[in-house]
Amino acid sequence: MHAVEETPRLSTFLSQIANGLVLGSLIALIALGYTMVYGIITLINFAHGEIFMVGAYGGLATLTYILPTAIATTWYFALPIALVAGALVAMLIAVAMERFAYRPLRNAPRLAPLITALGVSVALQEAMRVFYPGATAALPFPNLFVEGAVVIPIGDGVVIRYVGILLVVMSLVLAFGLERFIERTRLGRAMRATSQDRDVARLMGIDPDRVIVLTFAIGGALAGVAGVLYGSYLNNINIDMGFQNGIFAFTAAVLGGIGNIRGAVVGGLMIGLVKALAGQYMPGGTAYDYVWIFVVLIAVLVFRPQGFFGESERVRA
Amino acid sequence: MAFLSVRDLVVAYGAIQAVRGVTFDVEQGQIVSLIGSNGAGKTTTLRTLSGLLRPVSGTIEFDGTPIQKMPAHEILSRGMAHSPEGRRLFARMSVEENLRLGAYTRKDEAGIAQDMQRVYDLFPVLGERRTNKAGLFSGGEQQMLAIGRALMSRPKLLMLDEPSMGLSPIMTQRIFDTVRELRDEGTTVLLVEQNALAALALSDKAYVIDLGRTTLSGTGAELLADPRVQEAYLGENVGT
Repeated sequence: MHAVEETPRLSTFLSQIANGLVLGSLIALIALGYTMVYGIITLINFAHGEIFMVGAYGGLATLTYILPTAIATTWYFALPIALVAGALVAMLIAVAMERFAYRPLRNAPRLAPLITALGVSVALQEAMRVFYPGATAALPFPNLFVEGAVVIPIGDGVVIRYVGILLVVMSLVLAFGLERFIERTRLGRAMRATSQDRDVARLMGIDPDRVIVLTFAIGGALAGVAGVLYGSYLNNINIDMGFQNGIFAFTAAVLGGIGNIRGAVVGGLMIGLVKALAGQYMPGGTAYDYVWIFVVLIAVLVFRPQGFFGESERVRA
Repeated sequence: MAFLSVRDLVVAYGAIQAVRGVTFDVEQGQIVSLIGSNGAGKTTTLRTLSGLLRPVSGTIEFDGTPIQKMPAHEILSRGMAHSPEGRRLFARMSVEENLRLGAYTRKDEAGIAQDMQRVYDLFPVLGERRTNKAGLFSGGEQQMLAIGRALMSRPKLLMLDEPSMGLSPIMTQRIFDTVRELRDEGTTVLLVEQNALAALALSDKAYVIDLGRTTLSGTGAELLADPRVQEAYLGENVGT
């Protein structure tokens, strides 16, 4: 009698774990941009969520208006093209944001770029709403990967869609690649040097402006990839997606220890899991899943304010 | 025209003028010191020379080119390296990574490896602990690494800001011996020191900076013998 009840419960639990990991790796990908930018210029770029949103629309525009239908509906063409297009559009927006909004404020009091970030965020949302055809409502986004799912035969079955697996794998591969880049390459070393001591980095012959642009470009490209994967997984995108997921990603970066690459990934996965499991098991269900994310955030800030991986350290692997 | 020629340099932090008229020359192959009390403007002068600060007025000519408006990374590429006050190592990076950053502008891997070996020959303790984090080293070892890091760009002019700060007399001697060796191998050195006695004993030429102005100059020996210098800067040191 017990066994009969246990298996459906187990399959529900495992399904929510899977959902949490998919959402979490998406948030992790966005959180990398928050944490990198903070590591270099100690700015919380509140417009980073909008970079993710613009990346998704960039991918969709490429599929809708540029690619011939035959290519846009063939996943092994459409997926890489949309990912690259989303990444490029997001990268351009991120670099322009740095150049025109934040660089002029480089030596201003810290509040000035922070408020500017909020302004940029609103401006990008509204610009999208006004100029992207049909963006006043949510737009459908095709699944760019193989349809179907893996079904693990436990209880009622644990269903994990292929596109979800793609999302998790891509996020982890990109995060791992980024960590290697920062740890092993000359430019990565320049990023860490600039993060630790910008003046001395200049004495080494490093041009901090170039390092900062590079940081925004990488963070932007990752957010663009995340945007296209998000559309592909949820099959619709809207103007508000950046704000909502941006808040989650920012929270993830803080949880992990802002400035820390590994922390952003762990924080992202943790938030995904908390959201999925709390939506299933806590009173109020999915209507209150946000609450639990911020409860976790508050608890971490009370007991470990520097986050899981945080020391006084900024960008490190 | 001298190798490095600084004329009427004025540098301000906001409304406060830290340097109000510094003029001096550095000839190639010499050790030249700027001495003076705490707050006289020595460090500000060096930071301006390496491009970290912009002068209000005055000129800096290095190897025949005015550099007072150049960004720091270009000044480094022209052959001036600056080992800053307080050493400012990348504490969370290894010895090797610190040295690699010193060679950031260079692409010749073979030459970099060779120069890294040269630093390890100069300071064997760094070679033995090349994978250790720089932050774990003693003050003297950190100073060695700071000098080594500055040497990795193969500078024509090496600027050292307070290399003896916080070091024991023995370690100070060791560092200054190295500076002399570097000069003998052909590197020009501009040294900023509060330890005037040790600096003057080492210098081919020296300048006294007082309240942001160059006030006296001469060879190291001349200034050591100068009663004004003895009274103002050597008082404590002469007796000991």
